[in-house]
Amino acid sequence: MSKFKKKKDGGLPAISTASLPDIVFMLLFFFMVATVLRDTSLLVENQLPPADQVEKLKKDRTMFIYAGAPSEQYKGKFGEEGRIQINDAYVNLDAVQPAVKEYINNLPEELQPRVVIGLKVDTNTKAGITFDIKEELRKANALKIMYVANAKNEDL
Amino acid sequence: MAKRSVPEVNAGSMADIAFLLLIFFLVTTTIEKDKGILRSLPPIDDTEITPPEIKAKNLFTIVINLNDDLFVEDEVMEIKDLKQAAIDFLDNGGSTNAEGESCDYCKGERDASSSDHPDKAIVTLKYDRRSSHGKYIEVQNSLLSAYNFLRDREAQRLFNRSYQSMLEEKEKNQFNKDEKLNEDIQTIKDMYPLKLSESQPDKVN
Repeated sequence: MSKFKKKKDGGLPAISTASLPDIVFMLLFFFMVATVLRDTSLLVENQLPPADQVEKLKKDRTMFIYAGAPSEQYKGKFGEEGRIQINDAYVNLDAVQPAVKEYINNLPEELQPRVVIGLKVDTNTKAGITFDIKEELRKANALKIMYVANAKNEDL
Repeated sequence: MAKRSVPEVNAGSMADIAFLLLIFFLVTTTIEKDKGILRSLPPIDDTEITPPEIKAKNLFTIVINLNDDLFVEDEVMEIKDLKQAAIDFLDNGGSTNAEGESCDYCKGERDASSSDHPDKAIVTLKYDRRSSHGKYIEVQNSLLSAYNFLRDREAQRLFNRSYQSMLEEKEKNQFNKDEKLNEDIQTIKDMYPLKLSESQPDKVN
């Protein structure tokens, strides 16, 4: 009556892996929700300077302006001088002001006076470029700026 | 009616598929961690008012030249010494402020040739157009840490807690304003007001 013979040849019962997909899906959803896909591709080198006296940036009211030397693949075309990037393109200095104004106009009304301009400027860029950008921002009346930096340890 | 059993789909590979997706998202994720130094720019001022005379001893001049060298009060200085130099300058309290009050919380040397009062002490920064942005941020950071050091000291003395923790609490309770806390923060800010002026870099010929 082998039909009713119990298997008793030892060995641990296999751990059920039926819930493994559930666990993995859980992780998956977490990362899917937490992921922010970059909305701009960098055209300039962007090694941020280190700093420790930093504050958090409020994302909902921040416009980013990038500056730095053109990245490796654009060097041939645009040279090595520092360039300004807004959204997905290089811009000249005189285009900064309209871009900032447009961004402010598209913000919800209650955030408009609190707009912050995040300057992501490469460490090795000449300070003159930053100065020029700041002058343009003053003209556009966007006076709150943030130099985005690499946060070091606070107690350094 | 005969019950026909539907063959069950094998879910064994489900985990593999999910893992594949998981790894894709793990790799593409950049958890955003933007932090930085917050600054306000001075508004453009067209009025033709001659700025008030400021005594040289109330000015702390910092110059960055084109080779990223740092000069403080016309002398070469290493970036690591800047914080202490700025603290000494701000905390000097040699004389009185505009209202004629002397700085009773300053712990500096009360040197008559340095700043009168934290109220009057102004840090000026002048940099060459060709100096690097990194150096500029380093200097800004050192100055800010000097201010934060002094403000923190006063916060510890007056309210027995760190200035940072006060700011954090304010940030946390931004929807139910705590008047007392805001007042306290303002008190400390007023004790060491951040007065930093930036002069226009020289034009390169």
